[in-house]
Amino acid sequence: MKKYLDIIVNGFVKENPTFVLMLGMCPTLATTTSAINGLSMGLATMFVLICSNLVISFLKNLTPDKVHIPVYIAVIATFVTVLQLMLKAYLPEIDASLGLFIPLIVVNCVILGRAESFASKNGPLASIFDGIGIGLGFTFGLTLLGICREFLGSGSVFGVILFPESYGALMFILPPGAFITLGFLVAIVNKIRGV
Amino acid sequence: MQKLGNTLVNMTVVLTLVAIVTGVILAYVNNVTKEPIDEQKKETLASGIKSVMQDNNLQVVSTDTVKKTEQEDNKEYTYVIYSVNNAKGEPLGKAVESTTMGFGGALKVLIGFNTSGDIKGYTILETTETPGLGAKADQWFQAGNKGSIIDKNPGTDKLKVTKDGGSVDAITASTITSRAFLKAVNQAYAATQIDVAEEETGVAMASEVGEQSNN
Repeated sequence: MKKYLDIIVNGFVKENPTFVLMLGMCPTLATTTSAINGLSMGLATMFVLICSNLVISFLKNLTPDKVHIPVYIAVIATFVTVLQLMLKAYLPEIDASLGLFIPLIVVNCVILGRAESFASKNGPLASIFDGIGIGLGFTFGLTLLGICREFLGSGSVFGVILFPESYGALMFILPPGAFITLGFLVAIVNKIRGV
Repeated sequence: MQKLGNTLVNMTVVLTLVAIVTGVILAYVNNVTKEPIDEQKKETLASGIKSVMQDNNLQVVSTDTVKKTEQEDNKEYTYVIYSVNNAKGEPLGKAVESTTMGFGGALKVLIGFNTSGDIKGYTILETTETPGLGAKADQWFQAGNKGSIIDKNPGTDKLKVTKDGGSVDAITASTITSRAFLKAVNQAYAATQIDVAEEETGVAMASEVGEQSNN
């Protein structure tokens, strides 16, 4: 059991996709205009990551090396489409707020990256835990970035108003704010990790 | 288990099998979710019509689809016009579905007009605008907010953003979305006007509208 716990901690801390591996930067910068958007995007990615890790670890010996990327992408794209249809049918609010970023999970390099570096070398159970660890790490990173940007940009966190919007610096909601906030957060995380 | 080798047969078989299996899964999920998705769309529309007309006991008496080519950009737009009566059967006005191109893609808006053409309310049906920026359009133009268009009449008030010489405050940092939104509103209004004219003058006007859409 310790082994699986280590895998989760590894994904969350040592190999945090947002702050350490620097993977999946496109959705990280684009969807974190508010805390709730960051959180939903993180959870959506985590769902796809866990499912694709599991299936790919089953398929790893059945896939000839030369076609492994098309096979993995087909698996990932299937789960993303399933997710999108499910959201449209049962959680239309989330679908409306994340819109076109859901289909783009297919090309999120966190997912293909974990399929390549973990799921294609490890057993199904370990791969699920890697999906959970990395997924939580990604969700944490996106939510934190979303909280900072929403707070600085519009004066609220998760829609709860903390100071009037007119005092917010709009720049933090715009793309440059994403880069600046991410830079500071990475610096802080590196300081804490003692790098 | 031994890993499968890179022979042509292996690769073809694996890729084909993966394609078939994923295809079947997707077809199944699509089939299962089709009904709830349609249901959601219908519900969004029904509650949208109620909210833009500011009346909970209304009934939709007719649904017309109008196609019209706009002079401005020479493109054909499609409008769906729902004529609405209140519970007593008196006409309340019209709710119009209007689509324009926003910043990120199609922006589909439902706008409610009363019988004299004043805007009663609006709601965004479909949007791909940027979250936190253009996506604010769902609140920005509502009553009491900065860019409110409620109770204005596109026929007499100039509904344009202040930058273009109009009277509506654009969403901060989202002028393109604001323009697209107001364009949708103005065109929706124009579409209701044709519809009215059509009812008044009968067949002659209707055929003219038909010709217009063929251009």
